[in-house]
Amino acid sequence: MPGEATATPIRTTVTLSAPNRGPDKPSPQRIEIESIDARARLSAVEVALLDEKRLLTTEELAGLAELPDQWVTSLAALAHQVRLAWCGPEVEVEGILSAKTGGCPEDCHFCSQSSRFDTPVKATPFLEAGEVLAAAEETKALGASEFCIVLAIRGPDERTMQRILELVPMIHEQTGLNVAVSVGLLTEEQARRLAEGGVHRYNHNLETSRSFFPHVVTTHSWEEREDTCRLVRDHGMELCCGALIGMGETDAQRVELIGQLQELDPTEVPLNFLNPRPGTPLGDEQPVAAWEAIRWIAMFRLGLPGVILRYAGGREVTLRELQAMGMTSGINALIVGNYLTTLGRSADEDLQMLSDLRMPVGALTGVL
Amino acid sequence: MAPADSPLMGDPGSVDQGNLYPSGASDRFCTGCGSASTSCSGCNRPLDPPRFCPTCGRRLTVAVTPGGYRARCRDHGEPIGV
Repeated sequence: MPGEATATPIRTTVTLSAPNRGPDKPSPQRIEIESIDARARLSAVEVALLDEKRLLTTEELAGLAELPDQWVTSLAALAHQVRLAWCGPEVEVEGILSAKTGGCPEDCHFCSQSSRFDTPVKATPFLEAGEVLAAAEETKALGASEFCIVLAIRGPDERTMQRILELVPMIHEQTGLNVAVSVGLLTEEQARRLAEGGVHRYNHNLETSRSFFPHVVTTHSWEEREDTCRLVRDHGMELCCGALIGMGETDAQRVELIGQLQELDPTEVPLNFLNPRPGTPLGDEQPVAAWEAIRWIAMFRLGLPGVILRYAGGREVTLRELQAMGMTSGINALIVGNYLTTLGRSADEDLQMLSDLRMPVGALTGVL
Repeated sequence: MAPADSPLMGDPGSVDQGNLYPSGASDRFCTGCGSASTSCSGCNRPLDPPRFCPTCGRRLTVAVTPGGYRARCRDHGEPIGV
């Protein structure tokens, strides 16, 4: 609008060649399994997911997680069929905005926005409405149907609640985008107000399993996160609850997390891969190997057959040339453009990939 | 109207009156880690925006949006050529 400062796109996202990222995290030792045994396990879960249309048990998932590397393509192929049967072929494209960056009081060990670690991220205040709207318009121009406003806070104070409650309907009316919000731990009252205020989907990640969480965060508990997730559902917002792989958790803990997500029954699960950030306690972790990432994309889809499984942070750095493979291993949504503090590949590359895969772009809202 | 110190104020192509970074001047600091360029020739991080001012090595205020980013030094404005 004339006279009002807006955030015009300053520089476009970079086109990547293979980014330099150091050696992969070594894969866990997996026992030898007879081919006939592996095929039997895959066949049994195929019947469960495609014929019986039921969720897999923790034991079944553990049996898949231990299949040797040569079986990853079979896991992926099954995961792709499960995605098509439970969700259809559409891919949901979303833009996210860090509307308040850095200066977070929490100590999530993976996060460069914590004020407790000496990271290169400098705190910025909550952006003005015009700036948030401009980012939403950028998002729409990139081909997305969803826009998520994220704040680096423990939870919203009253002033933040009021700002969110003003921004959400304004952005929805001006752009037509579904607006999601991620602003930390909520009280019951706050959940109710956000739901009534038109928030389409609320994000709050479990990040990792209950048993591993204390190794990752000490300033709040896994149970507090779970409580917020339940409040979101209780008050009629769609729950977006994601995972972050590669922080040192075991395969068993990843299976544990899938079970905990099954229990919460979210609409969407963003799958993040650790991008080790300088200055954070996890800054020297090795990244997840691309082949492991494909394995766990398939595992999350097989464990959560009806969710919107979204490519989230760390996708480019981790998957590299296997990004398209992830789309046929269970992924059916992605974040387009940049992330909260890091950059992503160009929207054109993503949309070309989806076109090449013959996957239509569209808004999703849970199981068919 | 965004505050004057908002990371998203200003036109990317213009040179602020306060921008003391003339084109062609050598980078004295690495924009990736803030180290003096005598000890770091440039961290290879294509998926990160610039984090440190090439002129003074201070952390930049960076705002990332879906379609781009804006990086600004408190004293030197936006780094050119990063």
